[in-house]
Amino acid sequence: MSATAASSTFTPAERKHGSLKRERRWAMIGAYIALAVFIVFFMTPPFHMLMTSLKSSGEIADLSGNPWIVRHPTLQNYWELLTQGNYIIHFRNSVIVTLCTVAITMVISTMAAFALARMKFWGSATLATGVFLTYLVPETLLFIPMFQIIGGLGLYNNMWAMVLIFPTLTVPFCTWIMIGYFASIPKELDEAALIDGAGHLQMLWKIFIPVALPGILAAMIFAFTVSWAAFIYPIAFLVSSDQMVLTVGIVSDLIRADTFQWGKIMAGALMAALPPLLVYAFLMDYYIAGLTAGATKG
Amino acid sequence: MSQGTLSAPTAPAVVSPHGTLRRLARRNSTTAFLLTLPLILLVLGLVVYPFLYALYLATLNKRMTKFIGLDNFTFLFSRQTFWDVVFQSVLFAVTAVVVKALIGFILAHVLHALPAKGQRKWRGMLLVPWVIPPAISTLAWWWLFDPSYSAFNWVLAGIGVDPVPWLGVPGWARFSVILVNVWYGSPFFMIMYLAALKSVPDQLYEAAAIDGATGWQRLRYVTFPMMRNIISITVLFSLIVTFANFDIVRILTNGGPLDTTHVFATYAFQVGIQSGDIPLGATVSLFMFPLLAVFAIFILRGVNRRNKEMA
Repeated sequence: MSATAASSTFTPAERKHGSLKRERRWAMIGAYIALAVFIVFFMTPPFHMLMTSLKSSGEIADLSGNPWIVRHPTLQNYWELLTQGNYIIHFRNSVIVTLCTVAITMVISTMAAFALARMKFWGSATLATGVFLTYLVPETLLFIPMFQIIGGLGLYNNMWAMVLIFPTLTVPFCTWIMIGYFASIPKELDEAALIDGAGHLQMLWKIFIPVALPGILAAMIFAFTVSWAAFIYPIAFLVSSDQMVLTVGIVSDLIRADTFQWGKIMAGALMAALPPLLVYAFLMDYYIAGLTAGATKG
Repeated sequence: MSQGTLSAPTAPAVVSPHGTLRRLARRNSTTAFLLTLPLILLVLGLVVYPFLYALYLATLNKRMTKFIGLDNFTFLFSRQTFWDVVFQSVLFAVTAVVVKALIGFILAHVLHALPAKGQRKWRGMLLVPWVIPPAISTLAWWWLFDPSYSAFNWVLAGIGVDPVPWLGVPGWARFSVILVNVWYGSPFFMIMYLAALKSVPDQLYEAAAIDGATGWQRLRYVTFPMMRNIISITVLFSLIVTFANFDIVRILTNGGPLDTTHVFATYAFQVGIQSGDIPLGATVSLFMFPLLAVFAIFILRGVNRRNKEMA
């Protein structure tokens, strides 16, 4: 009796175990197939970009060959971009605008996040909510009045206008995630600092910034990628080539009426995508921490 | 103890703790105010003011000389192009977000099932579309969609399919702009869901397995409820961003063919900046506001609820 009972309970369990294993193996195979399909989908444009950038214009125009491979690779497109034309100027402008934006963003949002996370003052909760709502305002809602404002300030067609405007895209989110990081620092640290006679600014500088460095790095990376990628303000406000940043400069300089210099466009685009890709490659964890801060922190 | 001589030094010494406390309290809020002042100025000067200014601009005539009330709004209502823009914006945002959410969900699950060692490498590659600035990567798509050199059409020709006019006819153009948006945005969903999946405690799955739950039941009764909040926040956030999208449509089609792919942002740009009718452009972009405001309120609710859960 006990033997039959045992076998009748064990066999299904074992069968179940076996099917679970099989199920899991099939799930893994399915997972890798899905991964492969999506990797191909995701990597196709960058791959094709790279291939085209290595072709001469003769090879691009030749319709008889396979467009996905390059037969006579050449660095001519890169060389021409870097030695003639305004590409270098656009790159320099992008670097200047981005560095200034990141610096301004970090100063504004670190100070504000410290105050909002640690000093309860009148209206601080409302302000924190307001910051979050500001983050949800897309720039496409405001670019037309901004066009008038920038014109009124005499900054139309001036890349420094970007340094003024881009913080509106970066500061709200950076402040928001840094409030989260600062709030997670134990209060005992502040008390210890206060007992040692530190003022609030010393506390911010000597304790909060070093302790929350990962969060600050994540916010910096976010500010960097946003201002490097910004498009609508530059395309609306910058018209002369020497003031343009990369996102608009490539298109405006390499397309003359109906002649598309695709090889150079792709080479220029690839080099423009390189800084964010490098930051991502070396600081992936911070990059993702900044991206998912909304999901894990608040 | 001669009061006269000592009172000068002691009186401040006695009073000072009280005084500095009060001064500290005062300094505290002053410091807080000064620390947040740049943020407040930025938000008031470059977000709130432009928004109010847009409301004012929307009531002016084209040359901005005369107040015309709501004429810009009624003018837009009478235009077929405007209704096409409304339709396309909604179609674009809803379709793209649904597809992105699905792909992101699938990829997050697939990644989560992988052994931890390989996960990083795969995740790294899958996030690349999100890392490249969209204004840059859309150039690559534009080249892939080129009417005479399209590399996609070369592949299609290889399997005997006629060339597709990717950006040339309304239906395909609508498909193409959505495809590019899906390509760019899916990794964001993936990474958000993956973060949420990792935060679901393993014990819940173990308990479900002990109770004999099937894979579908685990998904339905454990994963979904635990991720519901993140899913809704991410979807709403993405709806805002996709609805307000500019880069992709502007570069790929610039609204064409026949204004069928215009979304609010590109239409506002064409009307306001390119044709120089600033008030009408401001009016077009203001139409985005009511919908975005509703989404934003729901996001805020979700975030607040999540904060309470975490606390």
